[in-house]
Amino acid sequence: MSNLIEGFLGKSVDGKKSRLPAKLDYIQSATGLFLGLFMWGHMFFVSTILISKDFMYSLTKFMEGSMFFEEPKPGLVSLAVAVVFIIFIVHAAMGMRKLPASFRQWQVYRTHMKMMKHDETSMWFIQAVTGFSMFFLGSAHLFLMLTQPGSIGPYGSGDRMLTLWPFYLMLLFAVELHGSIGLYRLCIKWGWFEGENSKETRKTLKKVKWTITIFFLVLGLTTLLAYLKIGMDHSDNAGEKYHPTTQIEKIYNANTEVTA
Amino acid sequence: MSRTVTIKALKYNPNSVVSKPHMVEYKLEETEGMTLFIALSKIRETMDPDLSFDFVCRAGICGSCGMMVNGTPQLACRTLTKDYDDGVLELFPMPAFKLLKDLSVDTGNWMNDMSKRVESWIHTNEEVDISKLEAPSDPKIAEEVFEIDRCIECGICVAACGTKLMRPDFVGAVGLNRVARFYADPHDNRTDEDYYELVGDDNGIFGCMSLVACEDNCPKHLPLQSKIAFMRRKLVALR
Repeated sequence: MSNLIEGFLGKSVDGKKSRLPAKLDYIQSATGLFLGLFMWGHMFFVSTILISKDFMYSLTKFMEGSMFFEEPKPGLVSLAVAVVFIIFIVHAAMGMRKLPASFRQWQVYRTHMKMMKHDETSMWFIQAVTGFSMFFLGSAHLFLMLTQPGSIGPYGSGDRMLTLWPFYLMLLFAVELHGSIGLYRLCIKWGWFEGENSKETRKTLKKVKWTITIFFLVLGLTTLLAYLKIGMDHSDNAGEKYHPTTQIEKIYNANTEVTA
Repeated sequence: MSRTVTIKALKYNPNSVVSKPHMVEYKLEETEGMTLFIALSKIRETMDPDLSFDFVCRAGICGSCGMMVNGTPQLACRTLTKDYDDGVLELFPMPAFKLLKDLSVDTGNWMNDMSKRVESWIHTNEEVDISKLEAPSDPKIAEEVFEIDRCIECGICVAACGTKLMRPDFVGAVGLNRVARFYADPHDNRTDEDYYELVGDDNGIFGCMSLVACEDNCPKHLPLQSKIAFMRRKLVALR
């Protein structure tokens, strides 16, 4: 009954406001922080292809539990993706509360942004647009990873990039812009690293934010191109699994021993 | 060497059935140290007596002459025409407030409502005996309270806020700053729970999207970003 009254009046029987808005605000920030930092780690992981196919492959197998199991288990990757997917959905639900919900809200914000030309006001709009686009782009990618964890690898990812590169190009820009602006905004929102002079700190944070954005965009584009090249070189054998050099050497050595 | 400045202003009377919003262009000779307020006064005296805009003190103290200058909310009395290289100033009334006419908006009633909403007065059960000396305040705390209390209620933080424009019920930085002012004041006996009841919702502290245009445009350079972050941390931590 008390929930009914609170839902109807907007305050509890004893006249108190709900604590839920505070929790939602906290959850939005916490999930955003996790996803932002996760994406840094994710980008470093996928970019290992720039070092070598073998290195990327060994990391992939490590994530499939190669340290603990004789046979790698892609299901472990699915499990991790499922956790990230849930956090992603929660964050999207929290973020939705802030998006413009009517034409007038959209119109007044756009006009204000164009008139005022204020950095943080414009950056929020980028965040809103990229956030909205990730409802679809992010979900599609996470669903792919959830259902095809075994396909992650130098050849599998290369093959995927060959067919889906426009999708991943859009996702790259959406993630990097949304994530870096989001982390910057988190610092402002909660007063992290504020120090004695918050204005000076913000200037520094903004510089760091753009440096990080550019770094990850360059790294992401280079990585995307690397996978694309692998996909093109490998297009005749699309679908074939990658075999690391050591494995090939072992097979070769075994064959030569047999021949000898 | 003086130059000609161009002032473009929105003219509209929402209370008139025949008035249609339109831009009017005025050209006038720039004088040394000319503020936008001086330019507008000259326009009203010599070109257009019908042009409405607000002012009282002409010195950046009363907070009456806020308006959008080339898209940015500013005090007309503290805006120098010489700072605009092309000599063109496009003026709009401040959004978010009730438009009275042309560049004149009703900030007074809005501020009054906001003050009531955040219960902008000292809450204490102590009886004050005015025949006795007031108990001394800690200078550091007093300084902090005075620093936040420098707000002149010009409404620029409200007009600069994209959140406020999208969500008219948002309390705005001025309201949150006011809460922080009483929070810092040891004379006020309100608890975190009490402040939560005032601004602990999506129209209050949790509605702020940290766009910081409030702080970046505040003519009194108030630390709005820090104060809002501080209140957010305090009210989120409540169980």
